[in-house]
Amino acid sequence: MASDVLVLVEHIDSELTDTSYELVGKAKDLAGGWNGEAVALALGSVDTSELAADRVLKMAHPSLDNYTPEAWLEALHAVVQERDPKLVLIANSTVGMDLGAGLSGRWGKPIAAYASAITGEDQDVVVTSQVFGGKLLAEAVIDGGQGVCTVIAGSFPGEAGKGGGATVEDLTPPAALGESRTSFVTTIEPEGGDVDITESPLLVSIGRGIESEDNIELAQEFADAIGAAVSASRPITDAGWLPKTRQVGKSGMKVKPKAYLTFGISGAPEHLEGMRDSDLIVACNIDENAPIFDIAHFGTTTDLFDLLPALTEKVK
Amino acid sequence: MADMIVLLRQVPDLVEELELNDDSTDVEREFMKFVLSEWDDYALEEALLVKEASQGSVTVVALDDPDVDQVLYTALAKGADKAVKLTGSEEGWIDSHQRARTIASWMRNQTYDLVLTGVQSVEDIDGQVGMLLAQELQHPHVSVVVSVETKNGSARVTQEFGGGRFSELDVQLPAVLGIQQSRQAPRYAPISRVRQAQQAGGLEEVPTEVSGGSGLTVRRLYAPESTDHAEMLEGSADEVADKIIELLRSRGLIK
Ligand SMILES: Cc1cc2nc3c(=O)[nH]c(=O)nc-3n(C[C@H](O)[C@H](O)[C@H](O)COP(=O)(O)OP(=O)(O)OC[C@H]3O[C@@H](n4cnc5c(N)ncnc54)[C@H](O)[C@@H]3O)c2cc1C
Ligand SMILES: Nc1ncnc2c1ncn2[C@@H]1O[C@H](COP(=O)(O)O)[C@@H](O)[C@H]1O
Repeated sequence: MASDVLVLVEHIDSELTDTSYELVGKAKDLAGGWNGEAVALALGSVDTSELAADRVLKMAHPSLDNYTPEAWLEALHAVVQERDPKLVLIANSTVGMDLGAGLSGRWGKPIAAYASAITGEDQDVVVTSQVFGGKLLAEAVIDGGQGVCTVIAGSFPGEAGKGGGATVEDLTPPAALGESRTSFVTTIEPEGGDVDITESPLLVSIGRGIESEDNIELAQEFADAIGAAVSASRPITDAGWLPKTRQVGKSGMKVKPKAYLTFGISGAPEHLEGMRDSDLIVACNIDENAPIFDIAHFGTTTDLFDLLPALTEKVK
Repeated sequence: MADMIVLLRQVPDLVEELELNDDSTDVEREFMKFVLSEWDDYALEEALLVKEASQGSVTVVALDDPDVDQVLYTALAKGADKAVKLTGSEEGWIDSHQRARTIASWMRNQTYDLVLTGVQSVEDIDGQVGMLLAQELQHPHVSVVVSVETKNGSARVTQEFGGGRFSELDVQLPAVLGIQQSRQAPRYAPISRVRQAQQAGGLEEVPTEVSGGSGLTVRRLYAPESTDHAEMLEGSADEVADKIIELLRSRGLIK
């Protein structure tokens, strides 16, 4: 086993995602402790000049240009077999959810998913994962000190992964890439048209605690009174109560308003990914143990059905 | 036509308080309330929609998790054709790698085109069963899927990325899909129909052996001991409202 930490970087329109930098920064930190290298693997066409990894491995092939889980796993697995890294880091994104467990199964090494912290204790890899919707943290050790880790976006500073200066190596794609059973058809880009919640300085954000579509009016009235837009957690947009464009989180929008006011949102890791950097976070949730209170600046366990009308009344 | 297998899993209900066991390496499962993992409900719905669109069959399968019979009968009441309970895992909680191995050992003797699982669950610290299962069985897999259509030995699936971006992929069958959402809200099974299904019985029980393991040792579980927990605003709804308004005013965010 080598002592390297391998990061699978991700890109959108040939640009690296923020999380890619975060993971490379963490990889440098960890690899430093093990006297290994921080190695970034870039599949398909992407500009890696800003990556501060020790080494960047590039692999190009027609079937890697557009992401498909099968081809990317084939490529990733081939590189892992060849270089035998100590640790493989992948973002806990759609790609990570495909390839993290996929690689663990294929490579026969453990995976720790939903990681928000990773430390090296001598040769051991100790991972802290967010489980049970963020209500608990699990501290786990990867047996044998070699495996895969999928990491929640925003867990590490991105700056440490920036600055360039990596040695670049071009890799030969594995032959099996030509035999993929999965083919890319097309990309669907975000729809515009609705309120752009990423532009609004004030957001009134509602979650499953709102209970029904009719009750959304309560939030809308308060939002109107203070000139805010209404955003939501995923269950609200899944139910079709608000358009998808209003969803905040991992699979929704990333927002950074001056104030983010939540009503009936538990604070699952997937939601926090989208709003944790807001200037001011105020949370209303009747469950005093809701994880949202670990990230909010101010909180209240008042029932939202009492609080929202009171708020609207005060502003009017 | 597609013969589908849908995997169902019971998870702790997060509405309830989570207690830890004596050595804090797991949640205390003894008196816990369990519910169907929410994404499995979407997986079942999507499978039923595919069946309605292009015929075929839906078999629901679960390991012997707490209160799982009820879940399987509910699936039958919703329109699943067959329900299978894989026994042998009663010894307590098992990890994703063990689940995947156990389910794979049964699947090797089945014929099917498509396997639908929930995209994740709230306690799969060693990864998602669907993707591990796909490796065991050497099938292609796609995760975070929000719509499925089958035609002539392949499935066209929509995979979701963040921020309203999706891509469409064609996957040759058999394949494993991790379902994030169904095209329609999951249907509701009237309690009378669930009871009927229960009375009719017909839950197939298959003994299996649990093997493998995650290779992950959980040292401890703990509640986030946040140093910057929110400052709690106390008082009546009126008083709390005043305080929130003041927070916004003092920052010049509202007039
Ligand atoms: C791949 C993937 C991507 C995802 N992406 C996203 C995403 O982008 N955004 C997102 O939000 N989620 C996302 N999720 C879902 C996420 O895991 C959670 O399921 C979701 O965030 C929960 O939403 P919620 O907080 O509204 O609901 P719940 O977790 O059900 O919380 C509801 C809360 O309301 C409180 N409540 C109930 N009644 C009241 C009342 N009267 N007054 C005050 N409070 C009350 C409850 O105490 C509870 O805490 C994703 C999941 C997956 C698997
Ligand atoms: N014990 C189980 N029985 C049947 N299906 C399961 C079981 N565990 C996990 N699954 C399936 O795998 C999906 C992902 O679960 P998890 O691996 O816990 O993320 C679940 O939504 C189920 O569809």
